[in-house]
Amino acid sequence: MSGPSIYEPKTAIERWLDSRLPIIRFGVDFMDFPTPRNLNYWWTFGAILAFCLVAQIVTGIVLAMHYDPSGAGAFISVEQHIMRDVNYGWLIRGIHANGASMFFLAVYLHMLRGIYYGSYKAPREVLWLLGCVIYVLMMATAFMGYVLPWGQMSFWGAKVITNLLGAIPVIGPTITTLLWGGFAVDDPTLNRFFSLHYLLPFVIAAVVVLHVWALHVPGNSNPTGVAVKSKSDTLPFHPYYTVKDGFAVSLFIILFATIVFFLPDAFAKVDNEVMANPLVTPAHIVPEWYLLPFYAILRAIPDKLGGVIGLGGAIALVFALPWIDRSKVRSMRYRPTARIFFAFWVLSALVLGWCGSQEPDGQLFPGVTMFNLIDYDINSVTWVSRIAALYYFAFFVILGLLPMWEKTRPVPDSLFTPVLSHGAAVPAGAALAPEKKG
Amino acid sequence: MALRLTLAAALACGLALPVMAATTQDTPMEVHWSFQSPLGMYDQAQLQRGYKVYREVCSSCHSMNMVAFRNLGDKGGPFWNPKYPNPNENPVVKAIAADYQIPDIDSDTGEAIKRPGTSADYFPNPYANPTAGKAANGGALPPDMSLLAKAREGGPAYIYSIVMGDDAHIPAGLVVPPGKHYDPYIAGDMTAYWKGDPNKVPRGGVIAMPPPLSPGKVQFDDGTASSMDQEARDVAAFLEWAADPKMEERKQVGVAAMIFLVLFSGLLWFSYRGVWRDVEH
Repeated sequence: MSGPSIYEPKTAIERWLDSRLPIIRFGVDFMDFPTPRNLNYWWTFGAILAFCLVAQIVTGIVLAMHYDPSGAGAFISVEQHIMRDVNYGWLIRGIHANGASMFFLAVYLHMLRGIYYGSYKAPREVLWLLGCVIYVLMMATAFMGYVLPWGQMSFWGAKVITNLLGAIPVIGPTITTLLWGGFAVDDPTLNRFFSLHYLLPFVIAAVVVLHVWALHVPGNSNPTGVAVKSKSDTLPFHPYYTVKDGFAVSLFIILFATIVFFLPDAFAKVDNEVMANPLVTPAHIVPEWYLLPFYAILRAIPDKLGGVIGLGGAIALVFALPWIDRSKVRSMRYRPTARIFFAFWVLSALVLGWCGSQEPDGQLFPGVTMFNLIDYDINSVTWVSRIAALYYFAFFVILGLLPMWEKTRPVPDSLFTPVLSHGAAVPAGAALAPEKKG
Repeated sequence: MALRLTLAAALACGLALPVMAATTQDTPMEVHWSFQSPLGMYDQAQLQRGYKVYREVCSSCHSMNMVAFRNLGDKGGPFWNPKYPNPNENPVVKAIAADYQIPDIDSDTGEAIKRPGTSADYFPNPYANPTAGKAANGGALPPDMSLLAKAREGGPAYIYSIVMGDDAHIPAGLVVPPGKHYDPYIAGDMTAYWKGDPNKVPRGGVIAMPPPLSPGKVQFDDGTASSMDQEARDVAAFLEWAADPKMEERKQVGVAAMIFLVLFSGLLWFSYRGVWRDVEH
């Protein structure tokens, strides 16, 4: 799809360089990349995520200059030195700490867009897999980053999560000891987490390069899911999508800045403003919001190993989507049944997230006690998460079986038809309306 | 449409997921603060009164390790004075620091000595070590106050409520153990101390701190009547400043950043409309 190169070296030096390292050709063709002309705003999250990664790396490098990765010094270096004495330290840390949440917000929307519009289907399976790898690396990086300020929630979160690995048969305890650098979460744990937290973002950046490469082989999918058929279906990436992505990134930064400047503790937990103390367990240990659905799945399963398998499976199934969903119709815009199951799946993830933030024996209807089933009362957060988790997993089965009886709407002949004919060929429903304005 | 709705819901929930732990205590009282709105700033007179309460009452048991004397004269701080942009030259700050005795090492003999504080020193810890602090307070270490307003659900309103609620109204039928004080705003379980109706156990818990404030305990320099409410309110505001001393700078930079971003987004929007004007899509 990328087609022949449009670059023609005009000067002697450009010709000289082009025959040795065609880097200008690469840049020119990159910016000229033919992009479907009907992409909507859900397609701007790629650029938003690129911004997030760069912002995290730049602020992180500066923070590392002022940070002390020792049990005695970490909390003070963050809360006293960075937050009070470093020039604009409060801003750099505010961007970095809240940036993790913004990054996950964007990545979840990016992934949901991929699922709704069937972007993972052939020939984009490798693109999807690489994206999933980035997501898993992001979770590992964010988890280790959260440990670094060495507050109470940092410490106890690290303890709970690393303990999970101990549930793996045979090798679990060895892995846990290796990760801890000893027999408890302590200075060596903090040191290696700091080292890995600095390393992993660059691994992410490398996988992002592969991700963009894998995007540029088949080219972008688009809201109709219909393949690009001719040059007239596309526009050069620059200036059409640089300016549109730029506008979207700018709106995203407004939201980001609102949080950093006016609600800097919106995602913070009060316990983490207390220095880590191995002798005092916080009343309520919860991970950051972006990990809550998985935490709820973990707790919903009454067996530790089973919980870890459930947690891993919830992520592994997302990897497997291109092979689970065999529907010939790519975009859920033309799959009204799949769309409803998808909406409930998003809902189940949100419900799981809420459950993860609650006490496992908290009551859904306060004051009503029913009967115990598998360790918990029926009217408990744990049972809500069990039902939500059941649907979360069932969705993948449904998606696999759906093509056997699903009635899909007619798909347009070309991605451009519905737009050129001003809706005449649009299947029933107003799903296309938002794209009219681009 | 379904996508739009679910994603909007995802966004809303993701940003506003409250962590609702089962509460055993009363929610903190509602207090109006000068700094609570997005553009609200500290009330410097209140910070000065609050500092006096801290100095004369709290500091005898509570450390404030992360605050240096010079911080009192920083922009946005209780004794900021535009005449002294360098807080180390601020005479009020210097006088406050000199009033403290700071442990040090004699540079000639190497012996442990105490010397008057300088603006660069940090507030000294009232106890030699945490064990000494515990021993002097019935086994409970008074928490460090540098981040207290950020480290408790409810922030300054929680501090205000704890101070006001300490031993204020002990319900009949509640037998508070010796050396402890009942406070409805602190987490705990009063079942073991309750002699009344087992279904009406009072909310709250016990705290080792005796009621720290009383009317007239601290005489304010600006002539403000020192009711207990005033003292508690002012010290809570001061501790909010101690936990978030860069708030004023943050909000000021924030306003400038928002104005820039909105204008920049507007420019990008018009560029976008211009670039796409003749394109059917």
